[in-house]
Amino acid sequence: MKIPFSYNIRNLWTRRLTTALTVTGIALVVFVFAAVLMLAQGVEDTMVATGSEDNVIILRKGSSGELLSAVSRDQIGIISTFPEIAVTNEGKTFGTSDVVTIINLRKKQTNDMGNIIVRGVSAGAITLRSQVTIKEGRWFKQGSTEIVIGNKIHDQFENVEIGQQIQIGSKLWTIVGVADAGKTGFASELWADAENIMQEFNRTTTFSSYTFKLKNIGDYETIKTKLETEQRLQDLEVKKEQQFYLEQSQGMAVFIKALGLVITIIFSFGAMIGAMITMYAAVANRTVEIGTLRALGFRRRSILTAFLIEALALSIVGGIIGLILASFMQFVSFSTTNFGTFSELAFGFSLSLDIIGWTLLFSLIMGVFGGFLPAVRASRMNIINALRAS
Amino acid sequence: MTPLVQVKNVSKVYKRDTLEIPVLQNISLDVPEGEFLALMGPSGSGKTTLLNLISGIDLPTSGSIVVAGTDIAKLNESALAKWRSHNIGFVFQFYNLMPVLTAYENVELPLLLTNLSKKEKKERIEMMLKVVGLSDRMDHYPRQLSGGQQQRVAIARAVVTDPTLLIGDEPTGDLDRKSAEEILTLLERLNKEFKKTIIMVTHDPHAAQSARTIQHLDKGELTKN
Ligand SMILES: Nc1ncnc2c1ncn2[C@@H]1O[C@H](COP(=O)(O)OP(=O)(O)OP(=O)(O)O)[C@@H](O)[C@H]1O
Ligand SMILES: [Mg+2]
Repeated sequence: MKIPFSYNIRNLWTRRLTTALTVTGIALVVFVFAAVLMLAQGVEDTMVATGSEDNVIILRKGSSGELLSAVSRDQIGIISTFPEIAVTNEGKTFGTSDVVTIINLRKKQTNDMGNIIVRGVSAGAITLRSQVTIKEGRWFKQGSTEIVIGNKIHDQFENVEIGQQIQIGSKLWTIVGVADAGKTGFASELWADAENIMQEFNRTTTFSSYTFKLKNIGDYETIKTKLETEQRLQDLEVKKEQQFYLEQSQGMAVFIKALGLVITIIFSFGAMIGAMITMYAAVANRTVEIGTLRALGFRRRSILTAFLIEALALSIVGGIIGLILASFMQFVSFSTTNFGTFSELAFGFSLSLDIIGWTLLFSLIMGVFGGFLPAVRASRMNIINALRAS
Repeated sequence: MTPLVQVKNVSKVYKRDTLEIPVLQNISLDVPEGEFLALMGPSGSGKTTLLNLISGIDLPTSGSIVVAGTDIAKLNESALAKWRSHNIGFVFQFYNLMPVLTAYENVELPLLLTNLSKKEKKERIEMMLKVVGLSDRMDHYPRQLSGGQQQRVAIARAVVTDPTLLIGDEPTGDLDRKSAEEILTLLERLNKEFKKTIIMVTHDPHAAQSARTIQHLDKGELTKN
């Protein structure tokens, strides 16, 4: 590269109005691009954070989620005897048999109904899932019709204050506490005593899932093989809890990415054409300069590079601005139905290094496509004709 | 002694679609080293065309052009670009400075194609700006300079690489009397003190007086005064 970079930068500055407009166009597209990736990442992050890395979940084979799964009391009894499972201070198995169902509640902002997961848990659940703590009020008593609601449900739904009652099955259940589950899927759930919920739905022998903690993370493959070869557990499936929740987020994440990226790619044509028009105008305005540079001995390739760099400078500045705008989206969070679980999930926009990399690459690609043809035109000019343009 | 520039039987025909426009026909011209040649002639007679051929930014339809031993009509495009950067200094009628670069940076431009050290470049640029009397205007942009000053920057740019040949196409054509006079004095100095060989096209008989030799180009033929 022989032509100095400052030549390009100052030319961009000289025509700052068109530069600003072009950069704005690119920045907006980049903003949408980054926001889409951040949203998909947000769903994944929320779901993955729901699981713990040393937890293992047992479901019925082939069930896409807990709602359609069934694990019998007898099977849980067999599983809980395995020595790889951690034990509490009181000598009990470190696990929870959960039963999951769905109810409808009304949202505060839109007045729409949302599907809420009601999770009946065993006594072990609270110590097993240390990311869930009580924020207000207290935990429900076992054998009672008391419930605790997740913090996101508390934020986003109507009539869910402590002391208020919610209809689940045939009974009214009293809210006695608000749980703080941070940014996990549990924040969008209601928790109650598993046995009581089961009675309510007449399912006395089958739970939805069984989750336990490993003594040692390294034992996962061992216990997986043991469980899968056990005759009475043939209809069950063993998964790491984080893997299970990641799978629950994939449908949603892929949908957001596919829809979002199709839209941004369409927008990006607009931005690229904008950059192209700007660069063609720049080439036309600087015809004599190009002829002069060539006469002085600069090669066609130097001219090509110079104009390409100018377009790339436009696009990278647009990319950085778009990224900065998108990073503010990290403060935004909302709640919608996760297709993976058919139930409400609150999640936000989450920025990662990968997303920063992809976004900057995306803006550079727009710069290359927008700048290439004008740069080729500049480099292919005939010296004599370019000089005669004065 | 062989002349620095030998133009032999050069013809140039421009083609526009099927139309052929013969501009130069069998032109021969020798320019010895140290010459200051003024090329005159009516508009459209092919003066610019001849300069373009000698400076290697255009190729003849036939004939040969040998400058300092190199037959430039035989060089390929990229070799020719390199040859120009070493051998030709251009002074244009409308100065053709880069508007976004300062006087200093404009003079630096052709040096970017050389392997000189940073220090050498700086010394040369400052020296040339001193020769053209613009040491105090180094950081000015072209728009902050008068036409005459811009042309002096352009001359500094043309000679900073110490080229074999200085080429000027109506270098005073856009200037008022006084500025033109300054430019001509400067060219004469470059020719006398710095031994620069100069070929200059001009319409102005007064300007031509500054040169050592005057040649007329008319209807594709050269005649000496
Ligand atoms: N690239 C080109 N294509 C076609 N015709 C050209 C081209 N360049 C020059 N000509 C023609 O060649 C002829 C000579 O042009 P040239 O520019 O060399 O004349 P000139 O002597 O420099 O004239 P002036 O004094 O007006 O500058 C003109 O008739 C011009 O129209
Ligand atoms: Mg001319």
